[in-house]
Amino acid sequence: MTRAAWHVATVAEVRDETPTARRLTLEVPTWPGNEAGAHLDLRLTAPDGYQATRSYSIASSGDGTRVVLAVAEVPEGEVSPFLVHDLRAGDQLEVHGPLGAYFVWRPGGAAAGAEASPLRPVQLIGAGSGVVPLVAMAAAHDEGADATPFRLLYSVRTPADVFFADELRAFAEAPAPTRLGLDLVYTRDAPAGAARPPGRLTPDLVAELAWPVEQRPRIFICGPTPFVEAVAGWLVAAGHAPEAIRTERFGGA
Amino acid sequence: MSFITRGFSGRSRDRDERLPPGQTLVEDWPVLSAGPTPDVSTDEWRFEVRTESGRHEWSWDEMQALGVEDVTVDIHCVTHWSKLGMAWRGVPLDRIFEEVETSHDYVMAHSYGGYTTNVPLDELLDGQAWIAFEADGEPLDPEHGGPARLLVPHLYFWKSAKWIRGLVTMPTDDPGFWEQNGYHLHGDPWTEERYW
Repeated sequence: MTRAAWHVATVAEVRDETPTARRLTLEVPTWPGNEAGAHLDLRLTAPDGYQATRSYSIASSGDGTRVVLAVAEVPEGEVSPFLVHDLRAGDQLEVHGPLGAYFVWRPGGAAAGAEASPLRPVQLIGAGSGVVPLVAMAAAHDEGADATPFRLLYSVRTPADVFFADELRAFAEAPAPTRLGLDLVYTRDAPAGAARPPGRLTPDLVAELAWPVEQRPRIFICGPTPFVEAVAGWLVAAGHAPEAIRTERFGGA
Repeated sequence: MSFITRGFSGRSRDRDERLPPGQTLVEDWPVLSAGPTPDVSTDEWRFEVRTESGRHEWSWDEMQALGVEDVTVDIHCVTHWSKLGMAWRGVPLDRIFEEVETSHDYVMAHSYGGYTTNVPLDELLDGQAWIAFEADGEPLDPEHGGPARLLVPHLYFWKSAKWIRGLVTMPTDDPGFWEQNGYHLHGDPWTEERYW
């Protein structure tokens, strides 16, 4: 694993990701690359030396020096409102990473630390901005033309709240062996022609849309704590092995 | 070497001295776990200590009978949040090790669900660590490690293993779960021992 270190980053591009989130593309000349699903610490320093550090998942992976984040605004937050509203191209900040060697997917069919078993499919399950590390995995799968069967179940409030909508659509339209199975579940407003009316995920819906137990999928779940708690619990109750399920949570319980 | 990020002023200038470097105060209680939350009842819960010379085991009631303490401590998560002045209730590890002989200097904590973390034995003794089962006056929720978790508040909170089921002493400081996945072998928040 690459040893994590502090790096100076320059903001290369900012763009709206959703009405409440912004995509930040950072140029980090000394970045050693990162695995799909890794995260970093981002540090801001004020003129009087005051510093604030937060952790963010990385939406990109591989050897390049471009690092893509998608930051959702936490109302009343100290760092995310600055990143979402004030940061602009050319600004500099510091990042520490890459971090995390567990919630990562490595091309070739094996989750980190697991034996290679190319036939086990991968099920990604995300809610809201929790899709960010899963997008990195789906992108690595797509770019590597990896034949591991991949599905993403994405719970999101409305069509406008979908992170990386164009990228996900492109992965879902890729040629067959690497195509991403994409299921969007809208909790508040569904677009015309959606597969089902808006509503929260249920155990039945997860059972319907995720790889079945018999296929022994590797499962990555990321989202707010109550979402991850609920979905991971349903999957274990349905017979999925707890050790096949990797989780990343944010927020309190 | 740090430099200024244009336009950033931040907020909390009155920094609480109980807050280690790089930490931010939270009022809620974030949850971090690598996998699903195990469901362990106090009836089936057992705690064991294994050493080079043998094995000791306690049931839930036997653990409580060792002597329960109330403590108020600060906790610090490596993901940059801290909670200050939390009330906890649990059995100090000193009571457990009164019944255990070992020449080993380290332990691996093992959890229901398979999690592990390594800690030097002398950092678990002298009132520094507990088997905790209540926080802020309530039984520990499963997502926070209930029915019982290790509480080692002077180290980053990943060392305070949720769903604790035992300790295995060891002669060398072998890495546990997060320690194998990039996190520091020791984890002192005051010197920011976060990562390798």
